[in-house]
Amino acid sequence: MASLKELRNRIASVKATQKITKAMQMVAAAKLRRAQLAAEAARPFAQRMERVLSNLATSLKDAPGAPLLLSGTGSQQRHLLVVATAERGLCGGFNSSISRLARDRANKLLAEGKDVQFLCVGRKGADVLRRQFGPRIREVIELGANKQVGYADAEAIAAKVLALYQAGEFDVATLFFSSFRSVISQVPTAQQIVPAEIPAVEAGAEATGGAIYEYEPSEEEILEDLLPKNVAIQIFKGLLENAASEQGARMSAMDSATRNAGEMIKKLTLNYNRTRQAQITKELIEIISGAEAL
Amino acid sequence: MDSFPFELVSPEKLLISEDVQHVVVPGVEGEFGVLAHHAPFMSVLKPGVVKVYKTEGGEPQKLFVRGGFADVNPKGLTILADEATPLDQLDASRIDVLIADAQEDVVEAKTDDERLKAEIRLSHFRQLKAVHG
Repeated sequence: MASLKELRNRIASVKATQKITKAMQMVAAAKLRRAQLAAEAARPFAQRMERVLSNLATSLKDAPGAPLLLSGTGSQQRHLLVVATAERGLCGGFNSSISRLARDRANKLLAEGKDVQFLCVGRKGADVLRRQFGPRIREVIELGANKQVGYADAEAIAAKVLALYQAGEFDVATLFFSSFRSVISQVPTAQQIVPAEIPAVEAGAEATGGAIYEYEPSEEEILEDLLPKNVAIQIFKGLLENAASEQGARMSAMDSATRNAGEMIKKLTLNYNRTRQAQITKELIEIISGAEAL
Repeated sequence: MDSFPFELVSPEKLLISEDVQHVVVPGVEGEFGVLAHHAPFMSVLKPGVVKVYKTEGGEPQKLFVRGGFADVNPKGLTILADEATPLDQLDASRIDVLIADAQEDVVEAKTDDERLKAEIRLSHFRQLKAVHG
């Protein structure tokens, strides 16, 4: 049996750990709130963008010379997987579930004889994927660990994706991120970003009141301007969802860690008290038997 | 004067959503003013200043936008800006940063088309600096 001193030390160390996890949980809760606000604030732009795009795209989709970003290259051979994860760990299954989804997809594509490349956003996902797909990782983009994601970050990532697309390096790009349902539920999600998937316009062009739009410059040029922006917006949306999911996952992971530490302290304290009593009893017996011997 | 609903959104947030009388928008082919009952119209924006008149003849609220997109429909005017900052909060150094970026783009442009676009962008920023810098 462990000595009293050892037990005391262990209790102290578990208590210290519990304090840390508790603090991390509270920090995550505060950050989660901020991340949720940011995600909410970004929603109007994405919605309006989608409306405008679907209006334009449906009218131009089948036109000859439609932009490549909309019609695709006509091939499905080479895939780029953009995997967005966190910069830091200690957030439960957050990073691993995203990487697992990406890895499964990559294995499936490879089994079909297709070519797969990775663009990792966030160090944690890259660490996992590097083991299996090392040479296939084109680049790892790191986001600052403590900074909130801004649109500029998304724009920079989109610029890299678009440059690769223009250089003909891939045909289809898919973004992997975790969409935020609630604090206890984050769903890893794959979303195709290139070529753009444009939802069909809701029945009837009621938004325009049936009126005919004027375009400045031409419809095609506007669309060409909008499509790359749409890629950036989709990435931005993914990153924001990811940020909220990460904090949510960290919060629940730290919550259960705190609880586990509490249980452990309880068990150790019980053990400590028992040992202490046993020792007292032993000492008493020694005294009594010593007195009897006289 | 009739007023109409106006929205200014940047990717990061919704900046303005209210009824206004008159908005002047820096379209890529020239500035244009939007009043109530404007014909449906879509335009790409150049970097510049959006002027929002809540009341006719009043002081306009001025906001810098770094390009984007305007959509006028019977329901009102929506501006999707890449980046939007109220002019009085705009740091002069921000424009310098954008100018430096654009200059880099001009140097790095691989095709004539790209270079032309970057040069146009650069000239817009320079104009802006000349007026407000």
